[in-house]
Amino acid sequence: MNTGTFERDFLAALWADAPEQQALAAQPGFAIYRNTVRKGCIDALEANFPAVVRLVGRDWFRAAAARHASAAPPDDARLLHYGRAFPAFLAGFAPAAGLPWLPAVAMLDRLWTESHAAADAPVLSPAALARIAPEDLQALHLPPHPAARWHWFDGAPIHSIWSANRSGDAQALAALPDLPWRGEGTLLLRPAQAVTWQPLDAAGCAFLDACRRGATLGDAAVDVLGRHPDADVAALLALLLQAGAFTTPNPHATP
Amino acid sequence: MKTIDAPISVGLGLKPEHFDAALSARAPGLWFEVHPENYMVDGGPRLAWLEAMRARHPLSLHGVSLSLAGEEEPDAGHLRRLAALVRRFEPALMSEHLAWSRAGGRYLPDLLPAPRSDALLRRVADRLDAVQNALGRQVAIENPSHYLRLPHAWDEAGFLRELARRSGCALLLDINNVHVSARNLGFDAGDYLDRFPAQAVAEIHLAGHTPDPVHGEALLVDSHDAPVAEAVWALYRRFVERAGPRPTLIERDDRLPPFGELMAERDRAASIAAQAAAVPA
Repeated sequence: MNTGTFERDFLAALWADAPEQQALAAQPGFAIYRNTVRKGCIDALEANFPAVVRLVGRDWFRAAAARHASAAPPDDARLLHYGRAFPAFLAGFAPAAGLPWLPAVAMLDRLWTESHAAADAPVLSPAALARIAPEDLQALHLPPHPAARWHWFDGAPIHSIWSANRSGDAQALAALPDLPWRGEGTLLLRPAQAVTWQPLDAAGCAFLDACRRGATLGDAAVDVLGRHPDADVAALLALLLQAGAFTTPNPHATP
Repeated sequence: MKTIDAPISVGLGLKPEHFDAALSARAPGLWFEVHPENYMVDGGPRLAWLEAMRARHPLSLHGVSLSLAGEEEPDAGHLRRLAALVRRFEPALMSEHLAWSRAGGRYLPDLLPAPRSDALLRRVADRLDAVQNALGRQVAIENPSHYLRLPHAWDEAGFLRELARRSGCALLLDINNVHVSARNLGFDAGDYLDRFPAQAVAEIHLAGHTPDPVHGEALLVDSHDAPVAEAVWALYRRFVERAGPRPTLIERDDRLPPFGELMAERDRAASIAAQAAAVPA
């Protein structure tokens, strides 16, 4: 038997809506493969998007995940990374149309996973920066820590919605109906191996964007002030340093 | 990295829920097995966790996604990541499956069957040769559980014997899979074990199974969500009485009991293996 033909027939029966029409699937045992593959995909999405699960409920989530899995099975055996395309899927998923913030919440779940799995690197301490002469600071480039992730959401309090649903904190969940409806940003970090998060304003997100592009502190400050003229860049830098958002500029230096 | 290397006897599948208990557990020959796919990350807590475990216990890397029996060649990036884990954690055992799980750039989270032909034997042997070279060590290949009658040219025990001879691979004998497959396909599990090439077996798996919700006892599912069944214990005794003890794993992935219950199953396997070792062959 030609293995290529066998695999093609097997895959067709695995995802078919009416599998019993396929010769292989006529055997009762074929359903075990169908169920195991689907369950593996859906379980992975459920594990990777806990805030979305809490928002929509487990049954709704697993039904949506089943649709996504049959349309786009994992492209990587590392199931931790399954769901990179799930936020975009939710954005186009008709039953989710009444939950316009859902794709953004899914995106923050995804950023949590990225932070969790990112490379280890030393954190740049505020004290280390204090040892640099003020005239040299402008030309310094501070790389964001490999585990740092941030995103600004215009017009919706995504940080609060995601944070309450990710943590399951009863008080935060109870406060959600009274949220002021305005933009919020999130900064995720991984001090001491556990992912943590805090709100970050639009200027802070823009500052980190500039640093990620390789801008010097001087250029990053100019960039941020161009977009947010009221920003206090010195306070912003102090806040980000205190949070541990940067790694050491030179991995071989010991600050 | 600090590591401990000691002779291994009976080990447990390592679940994050049992991390603290597993870290502090002490028993002669205790070891732990993980799926390397869950540790293929750049950094962070998963690798730190596994390093802590490796400092206390021997480890086994049990791969589920190399897709050795697939039409496509194994993914080169995946193999590189696997080799990096092998170098970093120096596992006591390294294993994979006679199955496929990748097609058209998509990964299917299951161990799918392929008809055992001469062409498949050549292909898997060649791939194993490349994999063992890339990893710098021998890999043990596991018999998966079966649910379908397929047009096989080879019986499984004979296929695995020839695969080991050609590629120099070891074998991982999953006795629960033998029991499940024997029930589902209607062959004799004891007879299968008696024909299995014992000298190539580097590891044994024991696990629980459940009857299919629709077809009941006529269709068993390799679910890893129950204690090892009495029939599987009897087959284990039969095999180790013939072949002698081998590193043995209690696999449990779902409906996790308290850690102590898994350690009790481990003790039972160790006692069967010790009795077999005491009997002159």
